[in-house]
Amino acid sequence: MRGMKMTTENQTFTEKFDLLGCIQCGRCTGGCPVTVRTNLNVRRFVYDAYNEDLLEELSRVADIWDCTACHTCAVRCPKGLKPLEVLIGLRSLVVESGKTEPTVRDALESTFMEGNPWNKPRATRNDWMEGLDVIVAEPEQKVENLFFVCCTIAYDPRVQVTARNIVNLLNKAGVDYAFLGTDETCCGSEIFTLGEDGLFEMLIEDNTEMLNEYQADRIVALSPHCFTTFNTHYPDLNKPVIHYTQLLAELLEQKKLAFKDGLEKKIVYHDPCYLGKQSGVFEEPRSVLKAIEGVELVEFGRNRERSLCCEGGGGKMWVESESKIERLAETRVKDARALEADIIAAACPFCVLTLDDAVKAEGFEEEMRVAEIMEILGELEVMQEKPSSAQEVED
Amino acid sequence: MTEKPKLGVYICHCGINIAATVDVEAVTEFAQSLPNVVVARNYSYMCSDPGQLLIKDDIQESGLNRVVVASCSPRMHEPTFRKALQEAGLNPYYLEMANIREQDSWVHQDREEATAKAKELVAAAVAKVRLLEPLTPREVDAEPAALIIGAGIAGIQAALDIGDAGFKVYLVEQSPSVGGRMAQLDKTFPTLDCSACILTPKMVDVANHPNIELLAYSEVEEVSGFVGNFDVKVRKKARYVDVSKCTGCGDCAEACRVAGRFPNEFEEGMGKRGAIYLPFPQAVPAKYTIDPERCLFLTRGRCGKSPKCVDACQPGAIDFEQKDEIVTFKVGAIIVATGFDVFDAAKKPEYGYTEFPNVITGLEMERLVSASGPTGGEILVDNGEEQIVPKEIAFIQCVGSRDQSVGNEYCSRVCCMYTAKQAHLIKDKIPDAKVKVYYIDVRAFGKGFEEFYDRVRREGIRYVRGNPSEIFKRGNKLIVKVEDTLTATPLEDEFDLVVLAVGLEPRADDRKTIDLLRLSQSPDRFLMEAHPKLRPVDTASDGIFLAGCCQGPKDIPDTVAQAKGAAASALIPLARGKVSIDAQVAGVIEDTCRGCGFCVSICPYTAIELVEINRMGHMVEVARVNEALCKGCGSCSAGCLSNSIQPKSFRDRQILPQIAALGGIK
Ligand SMILES: Cc1cc2nc3c(=O)[nH]c(=O)nc-3n(C[C@H](O)[C@H](O)[C@H](O)COP(=O)(O)OP(=O)(O)OC[C@H]3O[C@@H](n4cnc5c(N)ncnc54)[C@H](O)[C@@H]3O)c2cc1C
Ligand code: SF4
Ligand code: SF4
Ligand code: SF4
Ligand code: SF4
Repeated sequence: MRGMKMTTENQTFTEKFDLLGCIQCGRCTGGCPVTVRTNLNVRRFVYDAYNEDLLEELSRVADIWDCTACHTCAVRCPKGLKPLEVLIGLRSLVVESGKTEPTVRDALESTFMEGNPWNKPRATRNDWMEGLDVIVAEPEQKVENLFFVCCTIAYDPRVQVTARNIVNLLNKAGVDYAFLGTDETCCGSEIFTLGEDGLFEMLIEDNTEMLNEYQADRIVALSPHCFTTFNTHYPDLNKPVIHYTQLLAELLEQKKLAFKDGLEKKIVYHDPCYLGKQSGVFEEPRSVLKAIEGVELVEFGRNRERSLCCEGGGGKMWVESESKIERLAETRVKDARALEADIIAAACPFCVLTLDDAVKAEGFEEEMRVAEIMEILGELEVMQEKPSSAQEVED
Repeated sequence: MTEKPKLGVYICHCGINIAATVDVEAVTEFAQSLPNVVVARNYSYMCSDPGQLLIKDDIQESGLNRVVVASCSPRMHEPTFRKALQEAGLNPYYLEMANIREQDSWVHQDREEATAKAKELVAAAVAKVRLLEPLTPREVDAEPAALIIGAGIAGIQAALDIGDAGFKVYLVEQSPSVGGRMAQLDKTFPTLDCSACILTPKMVDVANHPNIELLAYSEVEEVSGFVGNFDVKVRKKARYVDVSKCTGCGDCAEACRVAGRFPNEFEEGMGKRGAIYLPFPQAVPAKYTIDPERCLFLTRGRCGKSPKCVDACQPGAIDFEQKDEIVTFKVGAIIVATGFDVFDAAKKPEYGYTEFPNVITGLEMERLVSASGPTGGEILVDNGEEQIVPKEIAFIQCVGSRDQSVGNEYCSRVCCMYTAKQAHLIKDKIPDAKVKVYYIDVRAFGKGFEEFYDRVRREGIRYVRGNPSEIFKRGNKLIVKVEDTLTATPLEDEFDLVVLAVGLEPRADDRKTIDLLRLSQSPDRFLMEAHPKLRPVDTASDGIFLAGCCQGPKDIPDTVAQAKGAAASALIPLARGKVSIDAQVAGVIEDTCRGCGFCVSICPYTAIELVEINRMGHMVEVARVNEALCKGCGSCSAGCLSNSIQPKSFRDRQILPQIAALGGIK
């Protein structure tokens, strides 16, 4: 998984993206979720970019900013190409020429200066911890689970709850953990998709150096974007990276965690592209939800490998799409409504934000809500270690 | 050596392959100056008739007794030049080749340096050739019988050809009936012959042929020996039915307590069978078999008061006491014809094969259109709500082929055409059906294939260029998400039935056969032929041949052609009755051998064993080489602690001067 092929300076665009490997089968565009609402045809870009003289012109086509980096095209390509990276390559040309949207420019600048794309000072990165009993990591200190929060979860008041609730859960379950605190810097997931190669490489280098210093067994990422980016773009990281739902599933399986309260709700789980399609984590979030008594877990027709993208990734947080056609997140909440779900559960801050907006846009606030899995768990009043007999023997 | 060595050195131009990079004149002149060299010449193509004649004439006229040819790799032409020596009356093993093409002219650019290297290679060959000893190839008798593993159309055809040629054939098939995949097919492209009609007579022929011993429901357990003399051990699995009594009436299957409970493999799981079954009505042998994993009596020790099959069977053929039976025999040649698996569509979850009953594979489609299939040939599918006659039908080509994401880079060669065939058959049965074929390329390369494709399109089958990315459901319709790449239009098309044109894969259980016969696999995991062009039915092991889809995906015409080729090749040792054994094998110096057995453990061909001999009144163990198995690889020699085992023509005293001449030993 880890170990993206490094591209050297003197590679041509065609070589870098293996454009000649393409057989024009159309699986990329066929699977691309945004084709129902935008003009993006990623296969055409793979085809047209053979012609290096056209690159400049192609980079000016607005469609390249419609890609959500869901990676469906890359997962489906039979020839191992990553078509979306061609679009990102074209975005890079725009970034290099300095002609980016002001919102994008600000996000990049903020990441460079403050280590997050949200124009927030680094010093306030820990504000979400207020009033909580959080263990903050020290490099020399041995720890099993080193938590990487994610810029969006750290700063966005709507999703901070993910981090806050998991701290409570970890404390109660007696898990050996620590959080990075203000040392944490953007993983670069969105910087990569916005096309800022140079900054992304710098983040990889700095983060690798920083993370490698910690005496931790593994890194637990709260966001699927950080999780997948570490696993696919950080070849020199010296410890494994897992997603927090994997940790929870592990704790549940080892009977180190149990939920005392039940929840009589119908929940539909939305697979985030970065967690499911891209990293193959499908079952753990489901097993966490299933562990709550009373929960009726239902499925979208398009689930797991065929989950519909919410359009939250690929830098779309900073680039508004011009399309007036129904957003994919709106399609998604309508599907959830048809299933009569009370809660759409997600395990990604971007999914929560986009789906939340869609629930509002559709006027479904009365009937349903969107919740991060940790949000749901946080509402179960007591979470405690359930010492099984096997556990006692071991201890 | 008694006579004084008189050497001839021949430098080949190989057209310009060698001459463009190596100064052949200079090498000739140099060779002339070497000790014992009587003649040195160069010529445009030494392997040609006139080239060989040069050597023969010189042997006769100048009395040469050793020959060096500086040309290409010995792989191709060592036999050519050995023959020339022999024809001129010289022992064929008095030849040494210097490879100045692959090891020199093809890999260097600098003419001066390449010429210098050619001289060294020639000098080294000259140093060795003087020390070679005469060898005589041996011949051993070949057993006039063949083993064929797998009785699909490939194995059946090869068995019939060898049997018709008058030789004994043991045809081993692991399933209860012969026929393989072809028996499952309805009609066959491009001629639309009914598969059963052309196959069944051949199936019956193998069962009745006086020279063919059919071992169905059997597995090869052990093979040892070498070309001409293989010892084979086969396990005949217990059918729990006495085949000499079973009349194939089927009363037992009807009576079976668990009749119709289990998926029938032959019907790709669509039809059902009981614990005692005949895989399909035309099965050969037409004998019933009890599935030991399904039968109540065999799994639990009781089936009601008394097993219903026993009660129903009038001839009393059911025999729960039956045991597996081991048969052993000898053969001179082996043909592997184990066929293929179809790609498991569950490995492409985006198509929802495991989720939607109306997403099916091409092989399932074959059973669905077949008059003998589970629906009697009526095309009926379950759309999740009810059984319907589908009116909108899609075919998706290249499922599991040409696809790195599932590790199959190759094209499966038959799915374009079987898709066209099935589309035609559907249109035939449901004339108002709208049928679309989603393709990347249409590969209609065989005889009559393009014409068939033309015909099918004109019948109204719509070919859309684009490979679908996913299938999901909306209402009771399947939605195929795809781009029409010719108009660059992303589409969400609706269908009642989607057929996945799954590709062909190497059999998952081929591992067994590979280990048994020490076969190799190509990068695509199919069994590997000895040479992709010139030895397409041979394997690296003498006397073992390949036929059919085990070697790579192919259609029936190609399978049959290859089976006939393999049969003809296997017949060579059987018809000659003898096989010659290369003389360049390892030899043991028994006086110094300490019998430690290290070489026995090293030899990759299990060609060495320890035997007892009488050494001055003491019984001692020494190594002995089975010359028929030895490939002369030299591994033993490298390992031997007392230098007692050495390959002939590559003895230390022969190769050390050669190495020294190259500057390797000062
Ligand atoms: C859906 C579909 C449709 C097709 N339609 C056509 C068509 O219309 N026209 C056409 O020309 N071709 C068609 N083909 C191709 C055709 O099926 C093959 O060319 C043909 O079946 C190959 O025959 P085979 O003998 O090599 O292999 P198989 O048919 O696979 O036979 C192999 C046999 O070996 C046996 N076996 C395997 N391992 C062992 C073992 N270790 N010991 C003993 N026995 C063993 C198996 O049980 C089997 O009986 C189609 C293929 C598919 C999948
Ligand atoms: S899926 Fe891959 S091979 Fe097919 S058109 Fe897209 S980039 Fe090309
Ligand atoms: S990453 Fe997703 S949105 Fe972007 S081109 Fe690929 S399939 Fe389309
Ligand atoms: S013993 Fe019973 S289950 Fe077994 S084959 Fe006979 S009837 Fe069927
Ligand atoms: S034969 Fe046709 S359908 Fe089959 S893999 Fe080749 S191109 Fe694809």
